[in-house]
Amino acid sequence: MSGQPDTHHEESFWRKYIFSVDHKIIGLQYGITALIFLFFGFCLMMMMRWQLAYPEEPMPMLGWLFGENGVMLPEMYNSLGAMHGTIMIFLGVVPLAVGAFGNYFVPLQIGAPDMAFPKLNMTSYWCYFAGGIVMIVGFFVPGGAANSGWTSYPPLADIATTGQTVWLIGMVLLITSSLLGSVNTITTIVQLRTKGLTWMRLPFFVWAQFVTGFLLLLAFPPLEAAGVLQLMDRLLDTSFFLPSGLVVSGEILNVSGGGSPLLWQHMFWFLAHPEVYVLILPAMGIVAEVLANNTRKPLWGYKSIVYASTFLGFMSFIVWAHHMFMTGMGTTISAFFQATTMIISVPSVVILTAMFISLWGASIRYNSAMLFALGFIPMFGIGGLTGLPLGIAASDIHLHDTYYVIGHFHYVVAPGTIFALFAGVYYWFPKMTGKLMNETLGKVHFWLSMLFINGIFMPMFVQGLAGISRRLWDGGTTYAHAADTLWLNEVMSASAWLLGLAQLPFIYNLIKSMKSGEKAESNHWEATTLEWTDAPSPPLPHRNFEVIPEVHRGPYEYSVPGADKDFTPQSEA
Amino acid sequence: MEIPYNVEERQDTGMYNAKLGIWLFLASEVMLFGGLFSAYVFLRMGDVTGAFMSGSNQLNVPLATFNTLVLISSSVTMIMSWVSLKLGEQKKFKTYLGSTLVLAGVFLVVKYFEYSAKFHHGIFPETSTFFAIYFTLTGLHMLHIIGGMIVIFYFLVPGAKMMKLESERFTNRIETVGLYWHFVDLVWIFLFPVLYLL
Repeated sequence: MSGQPDTHHEESFWRKYIFSVDHKIIGLQYGITALIFLFFGFCLMMMMRWQLAYPEEPMPMLGWLFGENGVMLPEMYNSLGAMHGTIMIFLGVVPLAVGAFGNYFVPLQIGAPDMAFPKLNMTSYWCYFAGGIVMIVGFFVPGGAANSGWTSYPPLADIATTGQTVWLIGMVLLITSSLLGSVNTITTIVQLRTKGLTWMRLPFFVWAQFVTGFLLLLAFPPLEAAGVLQLMDRLLDTSFFLPSGLVVSGEILNVSGGGSPLLWQHMFWFLAHPEVYVLILPAMGIVAEVLANNTRKPLWGYKSIVYASTFLGFMSFIVWAHHMFMTGMGTTISAFFQATTMIISVPSVVILTAMFISLWGASIRYNSAMLFALGFIPMFGIGGLTGLPLGIAASDIHLHDTYYVIGHFHYVVAPGTIFALFAGVYYWFPKMTGKLMNETLGKVHFWLSMLFINGIFMPMFVQGLAGISRRLWDGGTTYAHAADTLWLNEVMSASAWLLGLAQLPFIYNLIKSMKSGEKAESNHWEATTLEWTDAPSPPLPHRNFEVIPEVHRGPYEYSVPGADKDFTPQSEA
Repeated sequence: MEIPYNVEERQDTGMYNAKLGIWLFLASEVMLFGGLFSAYVFLRMGDVTGAFMSGSNQLNVPLATFNTLVLISSSVTMIMSWVSLKLGEQKKFKTYLGSTLVLAGVFLVVKYFEYSAKFHHGIFPETSTFFAIYFTLTGLHMLHIIGGMIVIFYFLVPGAKMMKLESERFTNRIETVGLYWHFVDLVWIFLFPVLYLL
């Protein structure tokens, strides 16, 4: 659990870039891998959208993937759905938010030379990588990749094709990776804060990563336990999740029975609800940094945001069963989880409100990073508010398992978290590479993304309120309820593909700027936090800082009255 | 550059890095076994056929009692090995840590006989949900024992040279291994009554 990188001699290529123990290289490895997986998961979704808009029609160009007539089979659609969810969450967004940004910027913002356990850090990346490979392998086993949804509900998942076993093995690897990562992040933040950096002087991004670390540490193990039980069910014929007398294809299943499908749901959502906050907290952290920097004002209500986020962390462990109102677990339990769910919305609103008020009276710099951060606020607002009717047991009866749910959580994660991640990329790119990204392309990327992403998810609320189930592989053509809103399928699909095109300026910008971008100053945005004020761009290999800085003030001292410039670095005495 | 507090304690937290690290790891382990224990409670509450009662009666309580004593002794020798290091008695350290390893081996051998007796009587994980959770919990616990044994063996033989080169760091390492070992012991203290006695 220890060991220092040896900086005294030249490192080989493998040691430097592949099996690196430098948190910055590992952060970049996470970032690049996660961006590739995000793109891959996005492609799966674009294929699903063809099927939803034009069911029974052969897919242009990619039809060969689905056999002779080029029409997607329902099983294939289910596989794509399950893998889209899994890949986006576990291989895309979380590794990018926590693995990449957390790994790269937590040590820099707290004035540490590296993470507390560099070798563990490397191991966690490679576990993640292996988990990703295993997930991809799932597509090539008989029966295709896992097709029981990203939630893998039994009994369906217990009797599903081999892909489900592969999925479970992949998940165990990913859980191991996030366990090692969270131990590392928390230890780093507790132990390696530089002199003078007290808890209330931490940039909010660090706080967000800290709370996220605890969620990953404590919420994932029960899912690992559940995964082990499901593996036992599938491989050793146990009946953890199989009730007695279960009939499959007209025959009673030959197992001991006595298990419960509800058990899986409890264990799964015990992770998967905190996971929502794992997705959103680092995003809020990034947005807070970008907002404070580009409003040139202190973040409004820093302490309230910090307290709200820790409270959010605690509460997220006792809201999970609001995903299960429809399972018949009983009204008393429903009432409890409904109450906790209403309570947890309060800290989220506190954070969002503080961000809004931070904008008040500011002379805002509208750069690409800031646009994405500004976009995050209303988009996450829509996502959060549309969640309330789902958290109330009565209204959930109508909305459960409809497209409304899909619209709701995508507003939280896609134009919410992913926009924040884009903001992070634009904001920190100069620090990571020493080069600038093209602002015009960045703005094109933002406005087109903003337009099309709403084109995808806004109609989902309409369809969902009309009662259309989220699990129809034909987009609802055989579903009487759907007739009036069926035309929206084409709007959503077209928006999805256009959103795909809108990412091209970003990809081009990223690669082009890396190669031949303008050179960036070490504190290009005139920020106050240590990564900008005390480290060169990019920071020094293995030690980050020439001299470890000391901290003398809070993180967001912008426009201090009487100061000679509009930002006062944390490290300024 | 050296990572701070790798060996020495940080003043305001009172810990070196690995000590906090292992505690965090153990917290996650609590949640892992906690999840499985919750599954046990959940399944037992829904057990209308009495599979849990009759299954539990088929387990060998005297053997498990013996194993409980073995594991507790191994925890005692574990802490004695750390104390010996602190006192600078490296020979005693080796004896105590070696005893821990041997006791862990004894535990596994007893467990092997227990398992094979079950298989011999045609009892497998698929027999009932009780045996499913029994084999899962004890199996996972054994994996933890084996993992601990590998680490202990490492510090006893190939990793022992650090004892002379960086004795403080080595002592810390033994302390963290010890924390882990006590946890594995503690899990068994819960497993024993829950599976065998209730």
